Amino acid sequence: MSDVTIAAPREEDVHRAGRFVFWAGIALLVLWVLVPIWFLFVNALSAPSEVTSFPKRFWPSFDLASLQFFWNFQGVTAALWNSVKVAVLTMVLSIGMGAPAGYALTRFDFPGKEFFRILVIMTRAFPLPLLALPLAVMFIRTGLDDTVLGLALVHTMLALPFAVLITFSLFSGIPVELEEAAWTLGCNRLQAVIKVVLPLALPGIMASAVFAFVISWNEVFAAAVLTIENRTLTAFLLQSLNVSPLPLKFAGGVALVMPALIFIFAVRKYLFAMWGIANR
Amino acid sequence: MARALPYLLLLPASLFLLAFFFYPFGLVVVESLTRGGEWTTENFSRMTGHWKFSQAFWNTVWLAAIVVPVQLIMALTMASVVQKLKTGRSGLLYIFAIPLGISDLAAGLIWLAIFEQSGFLNSILHAMGVIDRPQLFLGYQSLWVIFLAVCLAEIWRATAIMMVIIVAGMGLIPKEYNEAAEVFGASRWQRFTKVTLPLLRPSLQTALILRILMAFEVFAVVVALGGTTLPVLMGETFQWQFQLQDRGVAAAYAMVILGLSVAFSLVVLRLLHVPKGARI
Repeated sequence: MSDVTIAAPREEDVHRAGRFVFWAGIALLVLWVLVPIWFLFVNALSAPSEVTSFPKRFWPSFDLASLQFFWNFQGVTAALWNSVKVAVLTMVLSIGMGAPAGYALTRFDFPGKEFFRILVIMTRAFPLPLLALPLAVMFIRTGLDDTVLGLALVHTMLALPFAVLITFSLFSGIPVELEEAAWTLGCNRLQAVIKVVLPLALPGIMASAVFAFVISWNEVFAAAVLTIENRTLTAFLLQSLNVSPLPLKFAGGVALVMPALIFIFAVRKYLFAMWGIANR
Repeated sequence: MARALPYLLLLPASLFLLAFFFYPFGLVVVESLTRGGEWTTENFSRMTGHWKFSQAFWNTVWLAAIVVPVQLIMALTMASVVQKLKTGRSGLLYIFAIPLGISDLAAGLIWLAIFEQSGFLNSILHAMGVIDRPQLFLGYQSLWVIFLAVCLAEIWRATAIMMVIIVAGMGLIPKEYNEAAEVFGASRWQRFTKVTLPLLRPSLQTALILRILMAFEVFAVVVALGGTTLPVLMGETFQWQFQLQDRGVAAAYAMVILGLSVAFSLVVLRLLHVPKGARI
């Protein structure tokens, strides 16, 4: 009897084993994503002496000295503030230019429409941070070098294609009949957009704005090339990598990660819709 | 007026693309081919003549060749796993998507926390009794460890972006195709390779192009983990622009990165070409 069961395991057992592998795989993948972030936080929430000691504990001591050291380090607050300014400006510029373009692509049929769309998609096949090299020269001539606006313009170039494509699909999802109804009730085109379309599209627009913010906040190469005095946080951390002590690096890492985590959480509902769209 | 409206709406974005995309790329091309105002290929010969060039080139290419396939498999696994879940789907998706919001510099710092001399890898090995004293992993004597650390950090950071695109793409595939295959007796694996993968080609295209481009732009991760010990193309571009103050050679490097990006984008487009009638 027992020989038989060994030779041919019951289907139920196979099923159970398969389920175990499935959940173990999920657990592994989750750990793979979360554990490295956990290590960064352990370092940032431990005292500087613990960060450089060995062997390390895997639990933070919740000593804020590392973070304080980072916060009081010369240039950090200015860099943080610059990062925020550049990211907000990027957000405003990319949505301000992207949303009208997205609207035009949805609601009108006109010669050159397809050309513009392909143009926007094509920009993604280019390594955009490299734009910082020629623009560095152009900015020196126009007085935009080492300014928040100059860097924001480059970051806008990174975020604009996304803004156009995302708003394009957002507006496509809003029935044109709603607008037409507003026209018959006496609204002109602009009023109909402001009173009918925008309120409906607002959550999505906010999500793509957040996306633009994160793109700018995280960008390293262009920020490091284009700023000298007015460094953003990424540029500051990069330029001081080989001179700064470990606790500063890890606290800086946490400062970089935190806003991104919060923002991604805030737009999680739109994440997949947006990428699904930017895909077409 | 009504005719001109769409063009007016597209105008800001178009002007912006012209000024900050086409013009600067033109400038890079010119800059790489001129020196002191004269047309020459000297920038390229200087670049290739430097001992670091071939190292940087092959490091970048190998990095992409190793990282991208691993990520493709991981992203497909993550996406399939998530598709099969009934509960906890959105929570799991959020966890898998977290690295999407994390800057490459922060990712480099996170893996630095693991690989540095008093880091967590040493601590884990010590706790397991494998080593007595901390090992120096990221030194110039062991380039391959730096390379491995960069690979891991890149895989950790950028799998999410492919996963999100693939999940979005899988959502677009009508369920009926899979059900039909099941009715005809296709196994799970057959359904995946014969139904899902072919229908997923547009998403795979986008995911691969985006990812390969990012792989050629690898920069901050490498700087965070290995400084300039492990040369890569983007890092060399930065070095020539900043430390050596030679914009011509930096532009030549930019052209190499651009060339690689465009060439591989075309290869991906060709390999995963979807005829117009076959799209869903």
